[in-house]
Amino acid sequence: MIAYIVRRALYAIPILIGVNLITFLLFFVVNTPDDMARMQLGVRRVTTEAIDKWKAEHGYDKPMLYNDRAQGPDRFTNTIFYEKSVRLFAFDFGNADDGRSIRHEISTRMWPSLALQLPVFLIGLAVYVTFALLMAFFRATYLDFWGVVLCVAMMSISSLFYIIGGQYLLSKLWNLVPVSGYAGGADALKFLALPVVVGVVSGIGSNSRWYRTLFLEEMGKDYVRTARAKGLAETAVMFRHVLKNGMIPILTGAVVVIPSLFMGALITESFFGIPGLGSYTIDAIQAQDFSVVRSMVFLGSVLYIAGLLLTDISYTMVDPRVRFE
Amino acid sequence: MPVILWTDALVFVLVAAIAAYFVYVSRQPHLLIPWRRVTQSAYGMSALVVLVAFIVVGFLDSLHYRPALERKAGQGAAYSTEVLSVFDAVASPLRARRERTYSAPFATHAFARETLEFPGPDGKVQQKREFPKLAWGGAHLKDEADRGRDVLLRTTQGLGLALLLWGAIAAAVTLSHGRRAGRTAREAWRAIWRAETRTPWRAILLTVGALVALAGPALMLCTHYHILGTDKVGRDVFYLALKSIRTGLVIGTLTTLVLLPLAVVLGIMAGYFRGWIDDAIQYVYTTINSIPGVLLIAAAVLLVQVQLDRHAEFFPTAAQRADMRLLCLCAILGLTSWTGLARLLRGESLKLRELEYIQAAQAFGVRNARIITRHILPNLMHIVLISLVLDFSGLVLAEAVLSYVGVGVDPSMNSFGTMINAARMEMSREPVVWWALAAAFIFMFVLVLAANLFADAVRDAFDPRVKVGALPV
Repeated sequence: MIAYIVRRALYAIPILIGVNLITFLLFFVVNTPDDMARMQLGVRRVTTEAIDKWKAEHGYDKPMLYNDRAQGPDRFTNTIFYEKSVRLFAFDFGNADDGRSIRHEISTRMWPSLALQLPVFLIGLAVYVTFALLMAFFRATYLDFWGVVLCVAMMSISSLFYIIGGQYLLSKLWNLVPVSGYAGGADALKFLALPVVVGVVSGIGSNSRWYRTLFLEEMGKDYVRTARAKGLAETAVMFRHVLKNGMIPILTGAVVVIPSLFMGALITESFFGIPGLGSYTIDAIQAQDFSVVRSMVFLGSVLYIAGLLLTDISYTMVDPRVRFE
Repeated sequence: MPVILWTDALVFVLVAAIAAYFVYVSRQPHLLIPWRRVTQSAYGMSALVVLVAFIVVGFLDSLHYRPALERKAGQGAAYSTEVLSVFDAVASPLRARRERTYSAPFATHAFARETLEFPGPDGKVQQKREFPKLAWGGAHLKDEADRGRDVLLRTTQGLGLALLLWGAIAAAVTLSHGRRAGRTAREAWRAIWRAETRTPWRAILLTVGALVALAGPALMLCTHYHILGTDKVGRDVFYLALKSIRTGLVIGTLTTLVLLPLAVVLGIMAGYFRGWIDDAIQYVYTTINSIPGVLLIAAAVLLVQVQLDRHAEFFPTAAQRADMRLLCLCAILGLTSWTGLARLLRGESLKLRELEYIQAAQAFGVRNARIITRHILPNLMHIVLISLVLDFSGLVLAEAVLSYVGVGVDPSMNSFGTMINAARMEMSREPVVWWALAAAFIFMFVLVLAANLFADAVRDAFDPRVKVGALPV
């Protein structure tokens, strides 16, 4: 098993190199540091001195790939590619445009993100599976039909509507929870309640409907017919057989997002003023802070690849029929 | 002077391609069968009616021109720098009647107090904090107390108009159905209302009825009131919402023009050739997949923006610049979202290449390119079609989110995202400015719901796992 995991982890390395190359191409070749400086300085007719000064301050005043003025290994390390891209592999993200360490920001901001995303993930999974199982249990009845109709309608509503509607209803009209903000410790509960509810509700439509098809597919299989032929009650068939087998694709499909929970939810965090990584990213995009965006791209892909690894492992744990070669 | 923006040109290409596809399909009986099944789905056809209404608005809004300015003596024709569309010309009463700032739906007075000056009794100018009267909304009323009656009257007129139109459509449908089925008009009418016709005419007529019942009164009222209020700079929200439709449709459809060739070519190549080609293509899409979608899009859009700023001289009008950004957004969305379809097609081609008829073709020495185009591609078309229709609604929703993040369409371009973004800040006002948000969300909901339902109908009709025998073929 360990050999299998190691092999899968090694497989991640070329992908990370690919991600790194793509970000390098996007951020430094298509869009040169001169462009960045011009955009940050804001004025259309900026002087070359101002650009050079900005580049020197932010460490962009180096050759791209090969420094012919340096000696020894410095020829390759004293370049933008090494300083800004290769260093990401060591999680050395450098500084944001406002001079603060990105690494420090990430390590403090990931916890509020996790505090929001973990409940959304767990409660969401429970709610979606319950709804899907209900619809599958009452399949081909009016309950199932209107359940699917409701799901399609909920899928068609913009996620922004859930946020704005929730804020208006629960915070403004009913005064149940604060509109936005965040505090540590036990106070976090009252700030997080609404974002969690919004996060769960906005996923009901698509997820319940998807899980319902998974359950229905499972119910068409031979072992279900056998269970019924044995004379098992429908509830026993559903809970003991269909639920268990239907959970295999659901769980393995859900596992991939677990590491990414640290990345937070972009829109929700910025609407509710939660100081997580999602709002950090949005602020960086709006301030056009490329070093932060670059770091988040890299971090996001690392977490996603970790999720893929977890998925592979979870397949073998949940379903004993799957073996590693 | 007609102006063809880049997205317009591509929209025309797309419309021509779809028309060509349907002409081709109508000559191939085996391809016609699933489409006939789509036309037999009641909710699918209702959704199609709504979609067609949206598409007509969007298409009219894609025919652009620059209005001619008044010609001065001795000079050639001069054209305004403002780019308008045929839809703008149709809706010019809506576009021209701008207020100063916010006003509620059907309001006759502005939303916020302003300091107004009155001539006082002694001839001096007096100042008063008042809600100023709107320049256009309800300006025709002699007495403002008549507003309720006036609205009611116009609504009734609109409904009457709608009823006339609907009656004409229903009569035409009944007669044509009766003639085709060999029934008298009365029998045909009864068959339609008992839903005994193969094409679900009852559902179609009901949807058309609902549409005209909304459109009729809206048409009668919108020339004298702001039926959905006005926004911060006094533009009519109803007009903005209608203008936003084109942006949503363009993003939902043009993205597929970029996505389709990539996904089809790479997906089939990976599945058919296997070996190192498969490894390379799989590597590319895993890498792209592993970058968080919004971030990749955000990074790419930021870069495009820098390039657009640098080459400002290429765009003589603001509309052309905004249009280029929209096109780039479509391209970026396409480049980041082809992976899902490519993976599906790879899996299916892997299965197909092992089938006997493909192996027979290989044994006969048929070239690979020919095997792919003649034998593999036609058998994958249902997957391509289903996933394209399914993607559409997701893309319309994504536009709103991206515009909120600031990496969507140009802020000067009308779209659901920019509407929501502009209206969001006003939620904290007291009383709430709700109409712009509500309009954007409702229009978007109807469009996306119709697209989702139509996609479902298409999927049910094309999915080979659905049994065919039970349906009249």
